[in-house]
Amino acid sequence: MTNIHSTAAEMASALSKKEITSVELTKAHLDRIADVDGKLHAFLYVDSEGALVQAAEVDAKRAKGESLSPLAGVPIAVKDILAQKGIPTTAGSKILEGWRPPYDSTVVAKLKAAGVVILGKTNMDEFAMGSSTENSAYGTTQNPWDLTRTPGGSSGGSAAAVAGFEAPLAIGTDTGGSIRQPAALTGIVGVKPTYGGVSRYGVIAYSSSLDQVGPFGRTVLDTALLHEVIAGHDERDSTSINSPVPQVVAAAKRLDVKGMKIGVIKELSGSGFQAGVSARINESIELLVAAGAEIVEVSCPNFEYALAAYYLIAPSEASSNLARFDSMRYGLRVGDDGTKGAEEVMSATREAGFGKEVKRRIILGTYALSSGYYDAYYGSAQKVRTLVKRDFENAFTKADVLISPVTPTTAFKIGEKSNDPVAMYLSDIATIPVNMAGIGGMSLPVGLAEEDGLPVGLQIMAPLMQDDRFYRVGGTLEAALLSKWGKPILSTAPDLAVKK
Amino acid sequence: MTLDYKGATQKYEPTLGLEVHVELNTNSKMFCSCATEFGASPNTQTCPVCLGLPGALPVVNGKAIESTILIGLALNCSIAPYSRFARKNYFYPDMPKNFQTSQYDEPICVDGYLDVEIETEDGPKTFRVDIERVHMEEDTGKSLHVGGATGRIHGAEYSLLDYNRAGIPLVEIVTRIIPGTGKYAPQVARAYVTQLRDILRALGVSDVKMEQGSLRCDANVSLAPIGSGLLGTRSETKNVNSLRSVERALTGEIERQANRLEAGMRIIQETRHFLEESGLTRPGRSKEQAEDYRYFPEPDLVPVTPDAKWIEELRAKLPENPADRRKRLQKEWNVPDSEMTSLINAELVDVVEETIKLGAEPTRARTWWLGEISRLANEKEVAPTSLITTTFVAEIIALISSGDLTDKLARQVVEGVVNGEGSPAEVIEKRGLKVVSDDSALMVAIAAAIAAQPDTAERIRGGNIPAAGALIGAVMKATGGQADAAKVRELLLRHLGQG
Repeated sequence: MTNIHSTAAEMASALSKKEITSVELTKAHLDRIADVDGKLHAFLYVDSEGALVQAAEVDAKRAKGESLSPLAGVPIAVKDILAQKGIPTTAGSKILEGWRPPYDSTVVAKLKAAGVVILGKTNMDEFAMGSSTENSAYGTTQNPWDLTRTPGGSSGGSAAAVAGFEAPLAIGTDTGGSIRQPAALTGIVGVKPTYGGVSRYGVIAYSSSLDQVGPFGRTVLDTALLHEVIAGHDERDSTSINSPVPQVVAAAKRLDVKGMKIGVIKELSGSGFQAGVSARINESIELLVAAGAEIVEVSCPNFEYALAAYYLIAPSEASSNLARFDSMRYGLRVGDDGTKGAEEVMSATREAGFGKEVKRRIILGTYALSSGYYDAYYGSAQKVRTLVKRDFENAFTKADVLISPVTPTTAFKIGEKSNDPVAMYLSDIATIPVNMAGIGGMSLPVGLAEEDGLPVGLQIMAPLMQDDRFYRVGGTLEAALLSKWGKPILSTAPDLAVKK
Repeated sequence: MTLDYKGATQKYEPTLGLEVHVELNTNSKMFCSCATEFGASPNTQTCPVCLGLPGALPVVNGKAIESTILIGLALNCSIAPYSRFARKNYFYPDMPKNFQTSQYDEPICVDGYLDVEIETEDGPKTFRVDIERVHMEEDTGKSLHVGGATGRIHGAEYSLLDYNRAGIPLVEIVTRIIPGTGKYAPQVARAYVTQLRDILRALGVSDVKMEQGSLRCDANVSLAPIGSGLLGTRSETKNVNSLRSVERALTGEIERQANRLEAGMRIIQETRHFLEESGLTRPGRSKEQAEDYRYFPEPDLVPVTPDAKWIEELRAKLPENPADRRKRLQKEWNVPDSEMTSLINAELVDVVEETIKLGAEPTRARTWWLGEISRLANEKEVAPTSLITTTFVAEIIALISSGDLTDKLARQVVEGVVNGEGSPAEVIEKRGLKVVSDDSALMVAIAAAIAAQPDTAERIRGGNIPAAGALIGAVMKATGGQADAAKVRELLLRHLGQG
């Protein structure tokens, strides 16, 4: 019997067999959102009406026997950083309160074209700057595993929605780990595709050279199915790669890693990582060996500089990307009482509209790009970026994929790091190098840490446009873990439902 | 004592620097597919990209790159195999993203030159203007500041913003400093902008209308005492909206600077605004403190890497340099400088050349375009080329040359064509412009010859047939030798009762 706890693949199959309609499935998810989102606060906007209209259209097409995309009729949650025509889109910021985009982002357009039913927009750290959703101007999202903990961020709303069975699938964005880290902290699968693999058109920019849209799902196959819907070249995004989309669905179904070389990154293991995290990673390595993979150790000596370089490059680009929020054309306008000049109104609006972390990064970036400092900061950071790329290139001569933990710890308490930016920044230490190099990476749930019973994520990384490789390894390891435990780890999470 | 221009340039040596902005005439904007038509209703030619809406991304217009490369090649530049866009960050309401996407330290064309010729007291002289760079950028929107005395943002009651211009492809052509022009500096500047305009027009890459802003010149000038070898502080004059203004603005600015220096004051590094009516400039933005634009490479765009083969294909497509072409045509047509200048000023060189190519007799082609057609165009306040096609002009001239039309009738045919009555043949038909016979044209000349020599005519009447030779000679002379002498003889004798 298909229900909200089914996988997206199961839902898709039931829909195609007409065992359930998209309207029924969509209603079930809207009911679940109404039931539990008061606790999770994963959504910033629920588009019940639009979702049901879309679902009815898919049902009508199916009734007429039209050929449909594999995920047609399956619901999805979309991070509030992707423009959706007519639907409030805030990027978690006050400065965009009330803005309804006049256009669809390419990813939203692709979802609509594929008949994937958009339930609504999910909470996030303001402009994707953060690792906990605590920087959202609209309140924090709670982790379904423990409501006192953060789901991670910045795509925390999307991750919590999927882990909390509000949606089987979700879209996130990942600039320094914003898909993989919340996936790890909520026990689901999250993928940052190769940079340029998915169009950024219509995605509100944080750091243009690092931002990438990607899928969330509860299984590797679900994530792959969504990946194939959203990926592909887009002529409206100059940085999108014009080559065929990696065959990730086939890779997810392959369930075989015999002969694959898997590199363990020396610098991202051992000290600095929570014991329960390391234990689960080591267990995964054993399972991969048992499945026929060969383990090699690789060294990436420049990774230690990646975090610092990231916090120069991303804020620099952000300081420029966020300049457009000036109250002149859309969004919030503060202080326009007819006596003030444009400059004063811009300034008052930005003062009132941006949160603390956003201002921190704008100031940081403005400073780093200033004449006299550019070479020392932005320039040096770009050099580090090149070195990080080289580290990966060298490592990939020895291994087909690389692995590491996704995060140093399991989900942390809400408020625990919100006054210590550097501690917060460190939670992305293992994910940032992937963005710097532009390659793709997956966060795969590999069990619960013994000491706190919270999910642990394994990061699997592959070379540019070889995203199928981490789906292959992820799918194989997921199957091995499932047979070890007998059931998905997410089924052990607390039941949040009020209505029984 | 104040110095006049002559006095100023006797004492000080001007050094020029010119920045020309050209709006390309591509159908779509630099980074989106919005239309670029001039004069459309405000904010009707906009989209998420050129409005800088959240999430929108730029895509480079390939045609704009092609046009820029053509400009670079025509100005003898090297074309960079790798160039990039950068972001120039500053806040202004008419700039949707609050950064301008522009090329900065990696422009597409570098190190070119343009030789410009001017008339001096010692005859024509050529100055080489070195081009530092030619780069691409996007235009900003337009602000209209309402209320307030100055029309500037400060003091305005409110401002209106039109983003139709935002994102229009702009090419900036920057010269190196141009030393050694002496008192001819304003003329050199004007000649440079003129030649540049002609080249851009010949390339077909821009409308080059200074009054509409599709060609804009910022004129930099500094003064230093003659022979000092120093370089003074420069000012940058903007709002120079015609070729004449380029010359006037620099003349005025050189005078102003010289008089400041004479009075012991220093020149402030600033932009100055040219005032069309007075020919003076007023101070604008100070540039004493370099603004920090926080340039960095545009991460939303990939580098521009034109293929070497493509560049060579474009080079092969370059039209003849307009200055060289004019010299060639002047020689071919054998016309004096004054007439060539008239043709150039009236922008008629192209149509005259085309009309001649269509078989028209060169002198007639020039005369008709410069005379009757220009006169009608003046009356109607339109361009002569908009009145009539070269094909029709060539047809009419052919009829004149064959003797089927007199100039007088031809004028009526032109008038008919211009009034939309159809082709020359149709006008002749409809208006019943009975094509004049050779006979009647010749009779006019014969009558004139008789009137001039009544005694000779009397002798012929009296039977002295050989005396007719003198009158036939006069008619032949009057018709420029074009008439058929036998025919003249026949008509003359018949007219005098001897035929």
